[in-house]
Amino acid sequence: MDSSDSGADGAAPLRRLPPPARLYLPLLQHQGEPARPCVEIGQQVAKGQCLGRAAGELSAPVHAPTSGRVVAIVERDIGHASGRALPCIELEPDGQERWQRLTPWPDWYRRRPNELLSRLAEAGVTGLGGASYPTAAKLALAPSMPNLGDAAAATCDLPEPTSPPAPVPARIETLIINAVECEPWIGCDDALLRAHPDQVLAGAALLGHVLGAARVLIAVDSDLGDARQALAATLDGALAGSRPAHATTTDTTSGPRPDHRVPGSVAGKNLSPDPGQEASALAGLPAAVLQPLAIVPVSGRYPQGGERQLVHTLTGHALAAGRWPREVGVACVNVGTAAACWRAVASGEPLVERIVTVTGPGVRSPVNLVAPLGTPVADLVAAAGGYSERAARLVLGGPMMGRALANDGVPLGKSGNCILVLAAAPAGDDQVMPCIRCGECARVCPSKLLPQQLHFHLQARQWPRAAALGLADCIECGLCAQVCPSRIPLLAWFQHGKGELAWQQRSAVQAEAAQQRHQLRQQRLDRDAADQAQRLRAREQVTPDPGAGPLPPAVAAALARARARGKSPADAPQDSPSA
Amino acid sequence: MRQFPTAPAPHLPERNSVRKVMVTVMVMLLPGTLVQAGFFGPGVLVQIGLAAIIALALEAVCLRLRGQRLAPFLGDGSAVVTAWLFALCLPPLAPWWLALTGMVAAIVVGKHLYGGLGHNLFNPAMVGFAVVLVCFPLSMAQWPAAAGAGATIGSGTLSLLEVLTAIFSGQPPAPGWDGLSQATPLDLARQHLASGATIDELAARADYAQARTAWTWIAAAFAAGGIGLCLRRVADWRTPAAVIATTVVLGLLAAMIDADRHVPASSQLLTGGLVLAAFFIATDPVTGATTPRGRWLFGAGVAALTLAIRRWGAYPDGIAFAILLMNAAAPLIDRLTPPRIVGRRR
Repeated sequence: MDSSDSGADGAAPLRRLPPPARLYLPLLQHQGEPARPCVEIGQQVAKGQCLGRAAGELSAPVHAPTSGRVVAIVERDIGHASGRALPCIELEPDGQERWQRLTPWPDWYRRRPNELLSRLAEAGVTGLGGASYPTAAKLALAPSMPNLGDAAAATCDLPEPTSPPAPVPARIETLIINAVECEPWIGCDDALLRAHPDQVLAGAALLGHVLGAARVLIAVDSDLGDARQALAATLDGALAGSRPAHATTTDTTSGPRPDHRVPGSVAGKNLSPDPGQEASALAGLPAAVLQPLAIVPVSGRYPQGGERQLVHTLTGHALAAGRWPREVGVACVNVGTAAACWRAVASGEPLVERIVTVTGPGVRSPVNLVAPLGTPVADLVAAAGGYSERAARLVLGGPMMGRALANDGVPLGKSGNCILVLAAAPAGDDQVMPCIRCGECARVCPSKLLPQQLHFHLQARQWPRAAALGLADCIECGLCAQVCPSRIPLLAWFQHGKGELAWQQRSAVQAEAAQQRHQLRQQRLDRDAADQAQRLRAREQVTPDPGAGPLPPAVAAALARARARGKSPADAPQDSPSA
Repeated sequence: MRQFPTAPAPHLPERNSVRKVMVTVMVMLLPGTLVQAGFFGPGVLVQIGLAAIIALALEAVCLRLRGQRLAPFLGDGSAVVTAWLFALCLPPLAPWWLALTGMVAAIVVGKHLYGGLGHNLFNPAMVGFAVVLVCFPLSMAQWPAAAGAGATIGSGTLSLLEVLTAIFSGQPPAPGWDGLSQATPLDLARQHLASGATIDELAARADYAQARTAWTWIAAAFAAGGIGLCLRRVADWRTPAAVIATTVVLGLLAAMIDADRHVPASSQLLTGGLVLAAFFIATDPVTGATTPRGRWLFGAGVAALTLAIRRWGAYPDGIAFAILLMNAAAPLIDRLTPPRIVGRRR
């Protein structure tokens, strides 16, 4: 896998895209529940103002990428896996870029992790690498984070206390900042490293501080020499120039104090100018927070950018399906996410824009864009010179795992790292032939699975066999389908198989629960019947000869009452069975 | 809003195909085939062409009967590869109906009755070869002497016309079968050892030495193509490595027991079809084992069974039967040798 021949890598220019005529902000840009809209149609909103609040701890709020007017809340194709149209807030920019920030915390290193987590949740930061898992929720799962409650409460106005997970290792030992481009063609990590190495480093230091990590490894694709050098030079400069840790307490010039409210909005000013004019994100940081940082070159061979692959390469921990990096004291965060975290904390900017690569043979001039979230793909492609004659397939994400879009009205979401426009495949390329068991798929599988055997059993609907062969360990990298000479859509088969297995397991659990319910009910009915029989027997023994033995006082009293009413106790009303 | 067709990931255009795999196999078969034709005359090539035409015709009939599309499957090259491998095992002057019989067994029975490409349990070429070997042992034994084999008239000296006449009329050219044919080295060794002679006496015979030289050259050429096949990753290197290593180890063991009474490892490897089988037949992905460890086992089994049949069986070369037996064992081998999934214990 090599993107150098025809793709846009980070060397493509990084340009800032002004807001287009209309923005469509999906309320679901993350895993979990869609955000709940908190603005009204027709309302004027400032840049950074919350448009939708998080609904639950796995959700994330959505903010306005620019100032303007809320036009409507519409259902729109957002390129979701379900293929369904989902609600989006339609925003008409007013061109003012009027900001409403959160309080900037340039002295974030003095804040408690929980405060910082709350901030990340409030700013709507989610993983920018692709999965779009809310970052605060992810970090809160780390074993050193006992109080998830604070962070969860901040994600929305609905406090939902959550029990902390069982702490396996005491803490996160290693934080990995993933700057290994996840797929060929994608260049947004590279572009970020070149443009804002200081923000990446500051973000890495920030997250290391939040997690209390002993070391923070910034894993950079070894092919990205320039980016790595920029990063290393910035880090060296910062370490040489940073203040000793003890001096931080007396410094008052580094920015607003935490108790110092900045104005809610700065009208008419775009506060994200060119990188060259910006003060370094590392200025004034104490050396202690930069000390754990290390830059590690990693082979960029796909799928090295996958979390599990990276954890394996850097720490030697191979994680099977169902195990998580945090269980071995490792956390892994995308480099773009780290920079977004820093901006959310130090500048108080919610996540309203991201770097997206627009590339492929189907666009005229590939480019990396800093684009407002909610920008329709058509506007992104237009910024890359528009479609070329060869444009035939539109992909959101990379060529291996990306999703083919049916139209270019889909808006850019938080996970949108790449817009890839591909040329038409040669005619007849879609002819699926039978598997010839050549084993190429097994050779390239990073999880060491046997895709040919999995496919064989899935075709035969032998789900348990497929599960036994490790279907759950498939990371869905798509390499098997890519190398298959028979053009079998293996990735689609495995996704289908995983869905089937999940469905079957759920059915099995339900059946088990139903059976247990039935057995318990049966036991209860039997017990009640036995109790009743026993009570009847007791009464039969008692009634014929009440004076035969010493009766308990209560029974004697009841008998007396019954006799007084002239009835036999057998006719007295009984407790109805509780069934 | 511009509309686009959608498709499942991945989306990269450059892709491999079954056709490319099969064409690579054919290209890598060329050196060995040409050397074999150099020693045994144009009959080798005629047999390949004949078998290929029959195979394609039978494939088309079967595809039509099974209601499949003709173009993709006729064009995938698998039938031609089957015919080619089968024809390499035929005596170069074998009558035409041997190829026909073998191809009916290979394409109709071995391949399409099992469900066509990718579904056959047994290697079709070896099914065809085993059928003609069992049904027509006499015709299959009439190997002409290799070119340069001293006094005998090698088939390499026959003209194309004489070859075609021999194949399609079934009548041998001028000297007759007795004058033309010569036992293969393995056959010679077999007869020789059965008569109580030692290997050293056999090696001293001129006809054996000449035949051995011819077959060694052919084996070397097939090995060269086979290594190319492994380098292009069309064949997995483990299978031929296992076949060759097992042959050498077992041959050396036999020589340690009694060097006079056993064919040496080098002759086992080079004078029969073992090299061709190791690189081009045992590596057939459809019918072989598919796990990495399974491929070692599969190759070792092919070699061990081949040597056992050569030593104790009724046929001078037992490769076809060894391959078919291991084909039957392949699903079990796969099941017993799954690779260790990353992050899991075995």
